[in-house]
Amino acid sequence: MTTAILKQPTQPTAVRKPNRSFVHGLITNKKALVGMIVMLVFIVLALLAPILFPGDPSRITAMASLEPSPEHWLGTTAKGQDVLALTVHGSRSSLFVGLTVGFASTFIGILVGLASAYFGKFIDEALSLVTNVFLLLPGLPLLVILAAFLPPGLGTVILVLIVTGWAGSARVLRSQALSIRSKDFVAAAVVSGERAGRIMFREILPNMASIVMGTLLACVIYGIGAQAGLEFLGLGDVSTVSWGNNLFWAGNEGALLTGSWWVFVPSGVCIALVAFALALINYAVDEVTNPRLRKIKAPKITERSAAK
Amino acid sequence: MTVSQVSFGSHEPVLEVKNLTVKYIGDTRSTTAVDRVSFSIGTGEVFGLAGESGCGKSTIANSIMRLLKDPAKIAGGSISFGGKDVLAMSPEELRRFRWQDVAMVFQSAMNSLNPVLTIGEQIMDIFTTHAGYSRKESLRRAGELLELVRIDSARLKSYPHQLSGGMRQRAVIAMAVALKPSLLILDEPTTALDVVVQQEIMAQIKELQRELGFSVLFITHDMSLMVELSHRMAVMYGGRIVETAKAQDVYTNPRHPYTQALMSAFPPLTGPRVPLTGLPDGVKFRNIPDLTEAAPGHFVAPVSADNSAADTAIMEGAAR
Amino acid sequence: MRFILRRLGFYLIAFWASITLNFLLPRFMPGDPVSRMFARTQGKMQPEQIDALRKLLGVDDRPIWEQYIDYLHNIVTGNMGISISRFPTPVTEVISSQIGWTLLLGGTALVIAAVVGNLLGILAAWRRGGVIDSALPPVLVFIGSFPYFWLAMGALYLFGVVLGWFPIRHAFTDGLEPAFTWEFIGDVGAHLVLPALTIVLVSIGGWMLGMRNTMIATNSEDYITMAEAKGLRPGRIMLRYAARNAMLPSVTSFGMGLGFVVGGALLTEVVFAYPGVGYQLLNAVQGLDYPLMQGLFLTITAAVLLANFLVDILYVRLDPRVRSN
Repeated sequence: MTTAILKQPTQPTAVRKPNRSFVHGLITNKKALVGMIVMLVFIVLALLAPILFPGDPSRITAMASLEPSPEHWLGTTAKGQDVLALTVHGSRSSLFVGLTVGFASTFIGILVGLASAYFGKFIDEALSLVTNVFLLLPGLPLLVILAAFLPPGLGTVILVLIVTGWAGSARVLRSQALSIRSKDFVAAAVVSGERAGRIMFREILPNMASIVMGTLLACVIYGIGAQAGLEFLGLGDVSTVSWGNNLFWAGNEGALLTGSWWVFVPSGVCIALVAFALALINYAVDEVTNPRLRKIKAPKITERSAAK
Repeated sequence: MTVSQVSFGSHEPVLEVKNLTVKYIGDTRSTTAVDRVSFSIGTGEVFGLAGESGCGKSTIANSIMRLLKDPAKIAGGSISFGGKDVLAMSPEELRRFRWQDVAMVFQSAMNSLNPVLTIGEQIMDIFTTHAGYSRKESLRRAGELLELVRIDSARLKSYPHQLSGGMRQRAVIAMAVALKPSLLILDEPTTALDVVVQQEIMAQIKELQRELGFSVLFITHDMSLMVELSHRMAVMYGGRIVETAKAQDVYTNPRHPYTQALMSAFPPLTGPRVPLTGLPDGVKFRNIPDLTEAAPGHFVAPVSADNSAADTAIMEGAAR
Repeated sequence: MRFILRRLGFYLIAFWASITLNFLLPRFMPGDPVSRMFARTQGKMQPEQIDALRKLLGVDDRPIWEQYIDYLHNIVTGNMGISISRFPTPVTEVISSQIGWTLLLGGTALVIAAVVGNLLGILAAWRRGGVIDSALPPVLVFIGSFPYFWLAMGALYLFGVVLGWFPIRHAFTDGLEPAFTWEFIGDVGAHLVLPALTIVLVSIGGWMLGMRNTMIATNSEDYITMAEAKGLRPGRIMLRYAARNAMLPSVTSFGMGLGFVVGGALLTEVVFAYPGVGYQLLNAVQGLDYPLMQGLFLTITAAVLLANFLVDILYVRLDPRVRSN
């Protein structure tokens, strides 16, 4: 479905505010730059799709199963639809679902993680138990039974993906929040009588910026991949045009066996490119915050010389 | 700059460090952690290296065994051990040199033991690697070693987390003397332990040293412990040696202001109570010059405050 | 021992949660999928079969707690109803005839990916900046970005349809009689290559990078420096000191990774029409076979939980610190 991006929580650097060097490091990181450019291209394509390919992309415009040609750059499907139009329009649904699922899962993850870490004790035990149960249940079969019993539609797909996707981010964010919870400045805030919400969102959360970002990216990757998997099984909203549905139809219409590679290649490559771009940004975030992973051996001065 | 130094025991030095310079090399700037440091240790001699955290003591210890990891690099100088050039050794020579010739007791025994191997396995692999003993023979010797540091040989089957802090450090010491090395480096061997255990460990080391006769490079910031154990000692500051002499001389007559401050920062183990003082706030030394012989066998880096010759050592803020 | 018991308790809770979810879904979800399903099976079923299925899927007038007790009892005794798409075979029977293939495919792929991936991770971390460390991760991450099923489609098209090197569907050649003969085993092996290769390719990057990163963290531990000081041979330091410790987090993440791999294996089966539970899941979805879907969900969940439990036992063997407290 998607690669499991299992992350170790990085040690928070003892800063109270997310520093500007993080943003700077991200912009100057080559991986992050490539990732962001690829993402930008896809977002622009998704926004411009109705202008580039006006009208319903799934209408039949030509002969069936045409090879790529100047009229149809990516050929046509077994029904005679233009593959390029389908692919470009498909990015709208795929990116929309991926981003929605990513933001929503991360948001739930933040709430659960912060509450777990801040309140501790019984609340932590209970939330951790629920999180771990959800983490352990195999994602795809769970997706399938949820999607099968709910009325079909885009809303169902998004809901089901959030239900199965939030636990991973909750777990990572909880362990990070826990380590920040134990820092002195949080203890000081508690003693000085700040309200729980303020401590969670103003004291703890800003210090988790990079890990929240990493989680968000991983969740978007999950959302895009899982949506495609679900749709490929025919459990999505078959009427929408998305990369997963394009692949579902490609499989259904036997594109593989008839040799129409141009029907299934573009959508798959698009999914991979988006996921790869996001993964690149994710690794860049890791590298910027965890100097040990950096390729160029950075100075880590353990013994400081006073003779300077 | 070469300082002819008095050695105890034999006059044949086991270890000679000359002008050792270690730098931490970064993308944008480099930091010198050890700056042109020279000293030698004679056979059977205990040489102490004192100084505050971060002054470069441990970096020197790691340099001698060539354990420095990136970004630390030996940028100059030489280290010779029993006449062999340590810095020129091939990886295989180096591997044999380590532990057979020089062994080391690290700061924290908890962290320097592999948590997933038993104490026995960790002692045995020394024997199987270096001495080529069979597993059975290695096991027997490992048991003897533990007995030597007064740990029941049944503990061979224990994992590090099952031992107390003192026991762990004794086990590490046992490992260090396993191959009867001619030099033992003790890098703050007692910092993580409470005072009673500290005394036990130090007594243990003294006893082993008498029995086996190895030389010791003893690194600590605890001056009273150092004076008690060392024959000769050097005081480091900011990667430089500022004073070196017989331990007793440094103790009774510290000449460099930094040494004086360091001496008065620790209570004596015995004798009347004295008020503790340290270096006054804001005092820093810069551009420490090479050592000069202030008294026979007592070398001190000149300080401008008590040296009329114009010189680069500056005591900042001492006037305050 | 306490660790093991705690984990066991946790898995039981997780399994109970999935049974309960199964129970609640058909009863509280909007819409009426169950009657759609019955509409399809008109005339095929005996009245008592219909009645039993209705009860299983919640078309039932009894109080909800009574239904719940009944449901739990049914599941525990292995009664998951009758499959609609393979009528009138009981769900348990359908699943047990298929699960072997999934275990074969998933197990083979998982073991290869985990072993090779972890070894590559160890080597990459040990030789920082070497060929393995700099060239492989981007390639593997890129491959890992493709959906499992898409890579399966690509492999099927390229190696199966165009090049014709490997068979493209099913687990063995039609008409071949399953038996313990070299011919049959070889045939099964040939059918296994493409689906297993797809799963390995997609999942190997995750293993490698995870291991690499923990190895890098482990390499800066004092006991590694001590092992070097001891003059041990590099191979021994790498395996017995560094990798042996770095393995521990890798083993724990195995459990979580498992769920993803299972999902991927299911989709891969669909592409290759491999007769495991994943392919059966697709049939169930297309045939509106709700009892089979639920049964598959429970069976796969149980398998994943069991695998996790085995991993826990392994973990206890690997980490002495867990053993003693």
